[in-house]
Amino acid sequence: MVSGARLEVRGVSHAFALEKRALPVLQDIDFVAQPGEFVALLGPSGCGKSTLLRLVAGLEAPSEGRLLVDGAPVTGTDPSRTIMFQDPTLFPWRTVRGNAQLGPEARGTLAADAPRIEQALSLVGLASFAEAFPHQLSGGMAQRAALARALVNQPRLLMLDEPLGKLDSLTRLAMQRELAALWERERFTALLVTHDVEEAVLLADRVLVLSDRPARICADIRVDRPRPRRRDDAGLVALREEILALLGLAEAA
Amino acid sequence: MAAPPLSHPSIPAPGGRSPWSFRMSGQSLAGAAPLGDAPSRFRLFPRRLGAARRFVAPVVLVLLWQLAAQAGLVSTRLLASPAAIATAAWQLIASGELAYHLAVSLRRVAIGLAIALGFAVPLGLLAGLSRLGEDLVDATLQMLRALPFLALVPLLILWLGIGEATKIALVALGAAFPIYLTLFGGIRGVDPKLLEAGRVFGLSRAGLIRHIVLPGALPQALVGLRYALGTAWLSLVVGEQINATAGIGYLVMDAREFLRTDIILVGLLVYALLGLGADQLVRFIEKAALAWRPSVLGER
Ligand SMILES: Nc1ncnc2c1ncn2[C@@H]1O[C@H](COP(=O)(O)OP(=O)(O)O)[C@@H](O)[C@H]1O
Ligand SMILES: [Mg+2]
Repeated sequence: MVSGARLEVRGVSHAFALEKRALPVLQDIDFVAQPGEFVALLGPSGCGKSTLLRLVAGLEAPSEGRLLVDGAPVTGTDPSRTIMFQDPTLFPWRTVRGNAQLGPEARGTLAADAPRIEQALSLVGLASFAEAFPHQLSGGMAQRAALARALVNQPRLLMLDEPLGKLDSLTRLAMQRELAALWERERFTALLVTHDVEEAVLLADRVLVLSDRPARICADIRVDRPRPRRRDDAGLVALREEILALLGLAEAA
Repeated sequence: MAAPPLSHPSIPAPGGRSPWSFRMSGQSLAGAAPLGDAPSRFRLFPRRLGAARRFVAPVVLVLLWQLAAQAGLVSTRLLASPAAIATAAWQLIASGELAYHLAVSLRRVAIGLAIALGFAVPLGLLAGLSRLGEDLVDATLQMLRALPFLALVPLLILWLGIGEATKIALVALGAAFPIYLTLFGGIRGVDPKLLEAGRVFGLSRAGLIRHIVLPGALPQALVGLRYALGTAWLSLVVGEQINATAGIGYLVMDAREFLRTDIILVGLLVYALLGLGADQLVRFIEKAALAWRPSVLGER
């Protein structure tokens, strides 16, 4: 079994160059995710969550600061750090299975990974759609296909960018349970971007609450509740209220 | 933390089926609809009727034409009657003349097209895949493209003479530009997000090109091929008017000398059928190669 990677984000700031001025998106982001830790990133839309994941994935270099995985600086992409994009970005000319096969194909481990691919497809409930092309999938199915494609790579660090955002609520509940079970089995380090406070506290060991753009970490909340967790766990409900209050969305007490 | 009792990845809900495998069956209908066995089967029948109906007007026109010719309303010196055309066509086929000339013309197109592909595909790849290649190749080709290639005929005759070479060169020139342009454009138009996804999953540069850039550029490139075939026929028609001694164009020019409008029309008909056939061929290739595209599935 593969163990999780240790991720260090050290003083990372990032700005995009717009026509005239710079658009600061991340400001002095600093945290460490321990091997096998499940970290949720929670923040308002457009604050820079996806950007942070892109930096960790090595798709872009930060304007300032350092990113280290197991002590080594991130210099580019690596299949052990897999990201599931917010848009599914499936390859339209590949079937669902073909999409899942891409990583193993790129590494030349297709034969060895074949069972894993089938397992991932049935995990996300797409086994019967393995031969379908992306344009034949609904938005939620495409997201699940993207999740399967990320999972087959046995990542040591898995980044999930609002992975369940397009799912209907029933499927979402089921997928949350699957994700939790999967993470407990595989113990990769997980970075989950989500809008859903309940989802964050249900899945994560730790919730980082980000401010409006430029994003700063405004709270680092530990979720010390036993697993498998129940949605109605009083501790989780209390945490959820606390985080909503931080986001300025507390319900009147 | 204690190992969870859930050893199998897809934990079925206590009821037996997992909650979303139940949902799946509901979604499968929605998911399959656009691909649509059902819709296309529904459409098939009315479409056939529609296709048959489309032939009504042309058939009536041809009948009228024949009647007008028989009644002497149209001079057969200017326009042969459909019956005369059919007879001429039959004679040309029976004597093997048509097959011979057709083979000559097809050979010119085939060689010209092969040369066009031989130049345009490597150049398109070079310009599309590297900035250096683009600087070297693209500016030059864009300038050349501004020149209507048929205007090169006098130069080509001076350079290559009035034999086969000029005709083939003309076809090659006409076909090369659309292939180059669409391939270059197709490569540059590949969604950068897909390239990023490819990088994340560990594709090397060569792997990115093979698995993402080329399949992504293929639809455009095939449009280019279709267009190239069109210009190839056009070039052939022009080329075959230059001192040809064989080919469909020769057949037409020769017939003109003898005022055989029936043979001229047979020649035109053959040109039209060739163009149509080429188009069908590319459509067939598209259908086979681009099965993943919704638009192709939806076509016809
Ligand atoms: N490539 C880019 N160029 C310029 N601005 C960008 C780029 N990518 C993202 N941004 C901007 O950065 C901000 C944060 O984006 P993002 O990280 O996608 O936010 P979110 O937290 O919703 O995932 C947004 O305002 C977005 O417009
Ligand atoms: Mg985002």
